Amino acid sequence: MAVTIQAHRLVRSGWAGALARRMEHGDILFRWLLVAVAGGVLLLVAAVGYELWINSALPRAQFGVGFLSTTTWDPVVREFGALPFILGTLITSLLALVLAIPVSLGIAIFLSELAPPWLSTLLGFLVELLAAVPSVVYGLWGLFVFVPIVVRPVAEALNQTLGFTALFAGPVFGPSRLAASLILAIMILPTISAVSRDVFRAVPNSQREAALALGATEWEMISQVLVPYGLSGILGAVILGLGRALGETMAVTMVIGNNLDLTPSLLHPGYTMASIIANEFTEATYDLYLQSLIEIGLVLFVGTLLLNLIARFLVWQVARRVPQEVRA
Amino acid sequence: MSGSTRRPSGRARYTWRKLTNAGMLSLTGLAAFLAVVPLVWIVVYVASQGARFLSVDFFTKLPTPVGVPGGGIANALAGTAILVGIAGAVSIPIGVLTAFYVTDKPSTPLGLAVRFGTDVLSGVPSIVVGIFAYTVVVLPMKRFSALSGGLALAVIMLPTVIRATEEMLRLVPNDLREASLALGAPEWKTSLAVMLPAALNGVITGVMLGVARVAGETAPLLFTSFGNPFWSTRLDQPMAALPHTLFTYAISPYKDWHAKAWATALVLMALVLSLNIVARAWTMLRQARLRG
Amino acid sequence: MIGQAIHLGGLASALRGPEQSFDPADDSVKMRVADLNVYYRSFRALADLSVEVPERRITAFIGPSGCGKSTLLRTLNRMNDLVPGSRVEGRVTLDGGDIYGPGVDVVDVRRRVGMVFQRPNAFPKSTFDNVAYGPRLYGVRGRELEALVEGSLRRAALWDEVKDKLHRSALALSGGQQQRLCIARALAVEPEVILMDEPCSALDPIATLKIEDLMRQLAQDYTIVIVTHNMQQAARVSDYTAFLMVDEERTGRLIEYGTTQQIYTTPRDRRTEDYITGRFG
Repeated sequence: MAVTIQAHRLVRSGWAGALARRMEHGDILFRWLLVAVAGGVLLLVAAVGYELWINSALPRAQFGVGFLSTTTWDPVVREFGALPFILGTLITSLLALVLAIPVSLGIAIFLSELAPPWLSTLLGFLVELLAAVPSVVYGLWGLFVFVPIVVRPVAEALNQTLGFTALFAGPVFGPSRLAASLILAIMILPTISAVSRDVFRAVPNSQREAALALGATEWEMISQVLVPYGLSGILGAVILGLGRALGETMAVTMVIGNNLDLTPSLLHPGYTMASIIANEFTEATYDLYLQSLIEIGLVLFVGTLLLNLIARFLVWQVARRVPQEVRA
Repeated sequence: MSGSTRRPSGRARYTWRKLTNAGMLSLTGLAAFLAVVPLVWIVVYVASQGARFLSVDFFTKLPTPVGVPGGGIANALAGTAILVGIAGAVSIPIGVLTAFYVTDKPSTPLGLAVRFGTDVLSGVPSIVVGIFAYTVVVLPMKRFSALSGGLALAVIMLPTVIRATEEMLRLVPNDLREASLALGAPEWKTSLAVMLPAALNGVITGVMLGVARVAGETAPLLFTSFGNPFWSTRLDQPMAALPHTLFTYAISPYKDWHAKAWATALVLMALVLSLNIVARAWTMLRQARLRG
Repeated sequence: MIGQAIHLGGLASALRGPEQSFDPADDSVKMRVADLNVYYRSFRALADLSVEVPERRITAFIGPSGCGKSTLLRTLNRMNDLVPGSRVEGRVTLDGGDIYGPGVDVVDVRRRVGMVFQRPNAFPKSTFDNVAYGPRLYGVRGRELEALVEGSLRRAALWDEVKDKLHRSALALSGGQQQRLCIARALAVEPEVILMDEPCSALDPIATLKIEDLMRQLAQDYTIVIVTHNMQQAARVSDYTAFLMVDEERTGRLIEYGTTQQIYTTPRDRRTEDYITGRFG
């Protein structure tokens, strides 16, 4: 054996050897390539923020911070304010959260604590598939099926009973903020429930046993021990869901009505940051107009960035938390 | 001894606890069922509505103007293929290499920064990515193009590829790497010839999920590849895409275009769902095999 | 032989007093296990096991690792039900009623038969909230709750150490304190039987002795069953002992059961004697 290897090593001297050695230096090349690529990815992230920033220079100079608090959006008189869209985004996303959280937690609890393993896998799989449906398909189904068949009757009913409040004032439209919130709720269900399920699985079994051994019912164990233990993780899941909802474009655009309506009613059409960009970007005929839309994009970017950071921090917190080691 | 817990209301409270237990647990089951309803509803509806319009023509012909019957989405099919192709060609090599770096040196300043950056990137709304591609490609080129659309999709797909590869690489046992290095193989050869194949299954499924996601994206294409009613495979021209065509048909005021929207949706769903199902099923099989 | 006798004698002197201080004939049976077979899917973990747990006495389950003593302990409060695929045949009675009978309420069984685990598993809540958890389920509130919490902490010999920090996190307590907290928590729901699964294995010797003292005190009011791999501990603390071992199929079986005095001084079965004198296990 040694003879064979020796023989090969001999071959590597001379010009062949020099070439071979050069190829080994490929290692250094490889290392540098990796660093360059990784650095490139980092640069990309910075570049996105940078481009958004410099391409929104005009409105930032002209309107300053007031851009965020003005309600006028009038391309004709060249006055732009983002408040209607910010509010619209916040309202639809928050309402979607309120609707999605109990259902998502229910799903996560059912899948992690109650369902037999085969059912848990199957249902978990189906819930994940919900996340795979493209936004535009949600929009299509929303527009032609969900809104007329479900949202409209619900809206009518809400209007009948609570129509005296500003929130549910008529007239009742099909496409509305309520419709957008409902569709968003369906779309963020998988996000919140998948992360919550992981959080529950990380809770040590000894905690469950402690509660049950005291004579607690299963629900008491879940609601008083399991959920509090995983609370920060669940919070993280919720914030991740919120982040998704904020940036959701197509489905929302197709069912929200895209109207600058400023009345607070949920049953009226509205507008979100993502949908105005989607609708008017190709119509923006002059720079201030276009850059104002880009500035809205910047607001979206910063908002979702912050939320994502908070969410990941919280989820990481639960994974770290172990009941303190037993000291002597 | 049992005095204080046996109060007069003890019996009633106990029953209440049992009822609450049964009630809440059933509610969670209901929630799980509720979650599946929209999925089933969408799939069934899209399938039934869309199937009506499907035909060989639909896949091979170009779109016809309003009011003219027939026509198809051939350009959108080609468009999606090309756009996804560009996205993959850019994001896969970059993503895999980045994942190599991050797995190898996760705690260096650059490693930490890149992991952070990947997280940030994955949270950026796709329409904002579209704006980025617009400012970086469309503005300088002064036209909408497939290239800009592909780039936008590449940026969206990148974090998915990085994360999937990173997870898979971490699972490769270290002894494999050390064995290769100990035999005198250089670092790059070890990575490409030993570690990557070991992680390959997982990387492929990750890529499949990334492709599925990106194939269904519309928002970033609205002002980059812009859509095209004609046949085009040129990278410097606007290009049609399945989800974009769907959107155009859906929001139009014409009934026959609505029908085409359903059919397009069927094609898109079939593509996306099958990629997802295959990828996830493969992953589950792989994990089951590992557990022996 | 001589060495063995000396060894046995040494253990015997570890028992309380030269003669047994009680007459087994006077003891009533709190729980009885009859012809118990426990299966995990197709694996038989325990076979044809019959043992008694006398009231207000400490009964110890001893045996080498893996002999099924924890499994046996967990059948007494139906914690085994939590393991998927587990099946129980035979009877386990509490005051004469089969706890595995049809229509039996598991939640109530678990209140009456409490459990302390190997590693302290305090909730990440305050000391007070940990002990109060159980009683709150039953609607105990206010003054009554405070009194109950204090009483339980006193009975667990922890009150003096925590009375000034009742509302601080329980996880800040030392290991020994946390284990006593878990005992207090179990006491707060006023059980009749307390099961302890190797309660001292995660603790240092001083904390261990404190818990052993506590056990003897608690035995005045509660029926106690402990699982331990520490023979000296079993000898020090228990009144009755059951010795288990696995057979060739890894199924646990009862080898011998009797008063601790008898098991340690005059074991009837050769295997018991071997184990006690440290020949194996």
